[in-house]
Amino acid sequence: MGAPMSKTITIDGKSIPFKDGQTIMDAAMAADVYIPHLCHNPEFKPHGSCKLCTVKVNGRNVASCTMPAVEGQQVLSDTLELNDERLSLTQMLFVEGNHICPSCEKSGNCQLQAVAYYLGMMSPHYNHFYPQREVDASHPDMLLDRNRCIYCELCVRASRDVDGKSVFGLSGRGIGSTLVVNSTSGLLGDTNLAATDKAAQVCPTGALLKKRQGFTVPIGQRIFDHRTIKDVQLGEEHE
Amino acid sequence: MTFELETATNPEKLKRVVIEPVSRVEGHGKVTLLLDDDNRVHQARFHIVEFRGFEKFIQGRPYWEVPSMVQRLCGICPVSHNLAASKALDMIVGAQLTPTAEKLRRLMHLGQILQSHALHFYYLASPDLLFGFDSDVAKRNIVGVVAAYPEIAKQGVALRKYGQEIIRITMGKRVHGTGAIPGGVNKNLSREERDTLLKDIDNIVAWSRAAVELIKKVYTGNPKFYNGFGYYKSSFMSLVRDDGAMDLYHGGLRANDEHGQSIFDHVDYGHYWDYIHEEVKSWSYMKFPFIRSRGREEGWYRVGPLARVNNCEFIPTPLAEAERKIFKAFDAGSATQATLAYHWARMIEMLHAAEGIQELLLDGDLQGDDLVSKGEPALRGVGVIEAPRGTLIHHYRVNEDELIVRANLIVSTTHNNHAMNEAVRQVALQYLDGQQVTEGLLNHIEVAIRAFDPCLSCATHAVGKMPLEVELVDAGGNVIDRLAKNSDGRCDA
Repeated sequence: MGAPMSKTITIDGKSIPFKDGQTIMDAAMAADVYIPHLCHNPEFKPHGSCKLCTVKVNGRNVASCTMPAVEGQQVLSDTLELNDERLSLTQMLFVEGNHICPSCEKSGNCQLQAVAYYLGMMSPHYNHFYPQREVDASHPDMLLDRNRCIYCELCVRASRDVDGKSVFGLSGRGIGSTLVVNSTSGLLGDTNLAATDKAAQVCPTGALLKKRQGFTVPIGQRIFDHRTIKDVQLGEEHE
Repeated sequence: MTFELETATNPEKLKRVVIEPVSRVEGHGKVTLLLDDDNRVHQARFHIVEFRGFEKFIQGRPYWEVPSMVQRLCGICPVSHNLAASKALDMIVGAQLTPTAEKLRRLMHLGQILQSHALHFYYLASPDLLFGFDSDVAKRNIVGVVAAYPEIAKQGVALRKYGQEIIRITMGKRVHGTGAIPGGVNKNLSREERDTLLKDIDNIVAWSRAAVELIKKVYTGNPKFYNGFGYYKSSFMSLVRDDGAMDLYHGGLRANDEHGQSIFDHVDYGHYWDYIHEEVKSWSYMKFPFIRSRGREEGWYRVGPLARVNNCEFIPTPLAEAERKIFKAFDAGSATQATLAYHWARMIEMLHAAEGIQELLLDGDLQGDDLVSKGEPALRGVGVIEAPRGTLIHHYRVNEDELIVRANLIVSTTHNNHAMNEAVRQVALQYLDGQQVTEGLLNHIEVAIRAFDPCLSCATHAVGKMPLEVELVDAGGNVIDRLAKNSDGRCDA
């Protein structure tokens, strides 16, 4: 038995119990309340970078994946204002990289695409940056396509905290950020990444993929073909 | 072979008539005619004004992405691009397809042929054939066909829908799904899906027969006109099976000259460049392929339904084969070189597709589970398929990291580039030379282009919404006459 859940917060007026040490996101997910997110994965330490999970707590915007739940917090999440901001953030992620869903093998399994559908994104709205980004196919089993990287650092965290390899890292700042790998050549093929590593499994987009697997899962059997990202992620929380 | 009207001697002194865009075709193109003061035609060109950059922007992408990426070339026949690319990549992964994979791909392809041919014949071409080339422009469209010939229109819609259903079931979506992948396919056909398709197949075969009867009635009802419209002779190229049968999915390349004599036969398409070269002309974004052994001047040819029906020794389904014999024998073979005979040949192929689907649906291999194979990898792959509009060539090179480093695509309409220009020139001479330009006369030129069912951009189209604008421009560039068709079909002077 864990700690008793006698404390509560409210999210959009609904009373949500929580245990000490849980974040607002943890408490919400455990209570089947979905807060859109991309960089958060309950298996890893919270990161708070994508800002999609921003909620309003007592009038202040905070990242729900990093903010501890505290007795009596009044949290607003599913509001027109916050969802509009989430939509804008998602649109910015699309235009900042090169996300060509029609030909991307991650389509249907991609969390970025799924969250965009969930938020009702009908167009990128902003002008595309069309950045020049490198594709690294030097690894025998893995493809690194930086065009699709959203800098969530899930691969960084997984490689460092689970695999104990620290294959990935972010370099540069702001719009000049780039995902780099830990080898003198700068090539993925010269790292000790293995296709079985946790880091190779966690990319929410199509930036890090197993080679030669594209389009092997037929349409209709992909993760988000019949379920929204809300249903999938809340379902996973209870598996 | 003639190149008359390709280039005028003193173009600066001539009036220019422009048809832009050409309507009821896939994509965007235009026709320019240069006329003198007596409206004599001195130059006629069919230009493709779109730029297709696929060969360039797939460079640097992983090969397994390619079949899904390149199918975006076209909203009408994406399956053809998906399959041609997959065939090329089969070579790169060293695959020998399993029977299940090959038969599923054939089913996808026949569904594609059925829907594309039905779309072209009923939606795009039938308004000309049923109402007349210079009939009331307000009615000369699919809506007019629905009003005047509801049963024919209904069958056309149903045929296309059935083809689209095959594509949806085998590829997940009606347009731009995923089905063929390097080395095979990503799903089989379940018994439930097969049974769904079997319910309507008898009607589909019957309606396809009716379509052949319809075009035969139209064509043979006025043979002199139909045979003579935009008439010229040319070589033909297509794939044929080892035994000479029509095969739309796989085979060797066969080219016969305008007399039916062989230029090459059963050629391994993996070395197509030994037989076909491409020429660039300054006035079109589309290249001009030619048969190498015959040279740039004489080496042009036609592909597509007419080429395939002419080139094959037989069609391996009984109803279509009977119709092929009738077609070949008609008026001592006079239709075999006729521009408008494309429509007749296209409907014979649609019947073949319907029969082929019926046959395949009863094949238990479609329910197999052995979907993908691979073998010794290679760095180069060529895939060729007979797409609805003709021979489609995809050619890729990859590097050691499995990224595309070079691609060359020769799409069906490109093969027909010279031939379409020739048809335009012939019709311009036959119908426009010395005449006052009218919308009806200009439509004759579009009718000749439409016979090829060109896919000018390999992109989506907007049937019935394309405006047609014709301007008469004097030598100084001043517009002296203008005729415009609005998207609602109305004409403004």
